[in-house]
Amino acid sequence: MRTDRLTLDGVRPGDVLAELAYDVTATTVVLGALATRDTRPMHHDHDFAVQRNGTRDIFLNTPNQAAWFERYLTDWSGPYGRLGRMKFRMKGSVFPGDTMVLSATVEHVETDELGCGWATVLVHLTVNDDLKTDCTARLALPVDHDDNPWRRRGDSWQP
Amino acid sequence: MTDTTLPADVATAIGQVQYEQTGEFPVERGYIWTSCASVENGNPLFWDDTIADQITDGPISPPTMLSVWFRPHHWSPGRTEPALPLQVHFDLKARFELPEAIMSDNTIVFYEPVRPGDVLGTRQILRSVSEPKTTKLGTGRFWVIDVEYVNQRDELVGVESYTGFGYRRDET
Repeated sequence: MRTDRLTLDGVRPGDVLAELAYDVTATTVVLGALATRDTRPMHHDHDFAVQRNGTRDIFLNTPNQAAWFERYLTDWSGPYGRLGRMKFRMKGSVFPGDTMVLSATVEHVETDELGCGWATVLVHLTVNDDLKTDCTARLALPVDHDDNPWRRRGDSWQP
Repeated sequence: MTDTTLPADVATAIGQVQYEQTGEFPVERGYIWTSCASVENGNPLFWDDTIADQITDGPISPPTMLSVWFRPHHWSPGRTEPALPLQVHFDLKARFELPEAIMSDNTIVFYEPVRPGDVLGTRQILRSVSEPKTTKLGTGRFWVIDVEYVNQRDELVGVESYTGFGYRRDET
């Protein structure tokens, strides 16, 4: 992950983020459910997932997918990147045995009226080039090397 | 879009605050590290206190862990039924007698950082319920539920908006 400070002037619409590929196992799914305190059986019980949900196996839950998106975005931005908003839509499930690939493109860059820098990034989670989830994230980035979006509080933070 | 022919009790519930609750436990670092481990998140904000002090005035929780702090314990003394997170979602499943459900869309807006030791409060608001729809999963209804989170100082820390689809699998 990046450890220096990615600043807004280093980001352009159309920039492509490095892909992240990850081999999903049953442990990935179950650990993700555990980490999000999600005990619903479709995330750990194969028979339940198949017979009740009609899926082919247990599958990654929503909050853990959000955690994957956060990790992917802050790998790119470094620790000064501050998530403002995420919207994601699940179009298919991610199962053990899948290799999920996260990829992303910067869609928009702006500085708001309060001086906060923002990058809007479209992230795709695919398996075998089949789109499983798309995520649009609005990520605050420092506008220069003295700026830190995490210092923004109250009305100065408009995500 | 909300179905204008909804049962009166469901129509009345739209826009109403429900299930105002306080978290069952304070935000704690063990779960933060478990969450980071589950996705191999090496962000030093969560692992290195010196960097956290420099950037975020001390340790914080990953923003996307918002809902984690509100999932009830699977069991606790005196509880006879498992408690359910996002109770409005399960109420709608029961009300429309839809045995299965998935979440299709999720929007999260992040405000004040959540920190270890915080005790969060939450409330649920039903925003809409669709007319019956048929998808490849089955026949049912979509609904949108907002969950608002505040900390112990009553500062807004986040708002999650879920789109759920409760359904019955079609006979084949």
